[in-house]
Amino acid sequence: MVKFIPSEMDRVFSALSDATRRGILQRLKTEPGLSISELARPLSVKLPNMIKHLDVLSDAGLITRTKTGRTVAVHLSAGPMREALSWLTQYESLWTTSLDRLAALVERD
Amino acid sequence: MKDQLPSVTIVRRIRATPARVWTAITQADQMMLWWGPDAGPTLDVVADVRPGGRFSVVFRLLNGEEHNPTGIYQEVMPERKLSFTWDPPGASEPISLVTFLLEPFDGGTVVTLIHGHLPNETERESHEQGWRGLLDKLPVFLGDCA
Repeated sequence: MVKFIPSEMDRVFSALSDATRRGILQRLKTEPGLSISELARPLSVKLPNMIKHLDVLSDAGLITRTKTGRTVAVHLSAGPMREALSWLTQYESLWTTSLDRLAALVERD
Repeated sequence: MKDQLPSVTIVRRIRATPARVWTAITQADQMMLWWGPDAGPTLDVVADVRPGGRFSVVFRLLNGEEHNPTGIYQEVMPERKLSFTWDPPGASEPISLVTFLLEPFDGGTVVTLIHGHLPNETERESHEQGWRGLLDKLPVFLGDCA
């Protein structure tokens, strides 16, 4: 089973618990390297709020920011996301199999 | 907007009464017979099924790895609802909660299993309704229905 340092997992999951932040990640997946204002524009999120969201994502290791002159390019960092998904996949498989066996046991009577 | 926390949700219709399913998920000798993610053996079960009671299962996978999830029972409503925390070794606080919901259905039982991630202490304290309210709001983030 996957081993995590719980505090890192907490950061990933709490970052993913917000719809705006999930939207940001989805956009970065299709359009890597967007600037902060490009990210903010279609969401009608004010720039300071967008920066707060990006800080949360960055603390969770889900994005990286690189500054070129006055523009900040934002990229997806897939590692922690993959870990979070493997957390979900791991438990999905544990419970799917266990419930199959549970059903087989009680339906046998 | 804390609208979603990732969780695994699985729904099963089982051709046995809620009473029968309840026995299978709460009695240690019965839990020994089904617990585990593959056909490997379940080696030990502690199920002190009352709020605050201890939960512990040791199972061995077919690849030889052994695992020992532990936790504390939270809600115990016979034939209806069972929940316990899922505490990773070495963590200072539980990170997830497992909930079984049983509903009678046409002589059988609809079993809903939710393994949900819990927010950290700060977020939990800020949530007025606590775990129960939180769990009620946990929607499906990833899961399948059968």
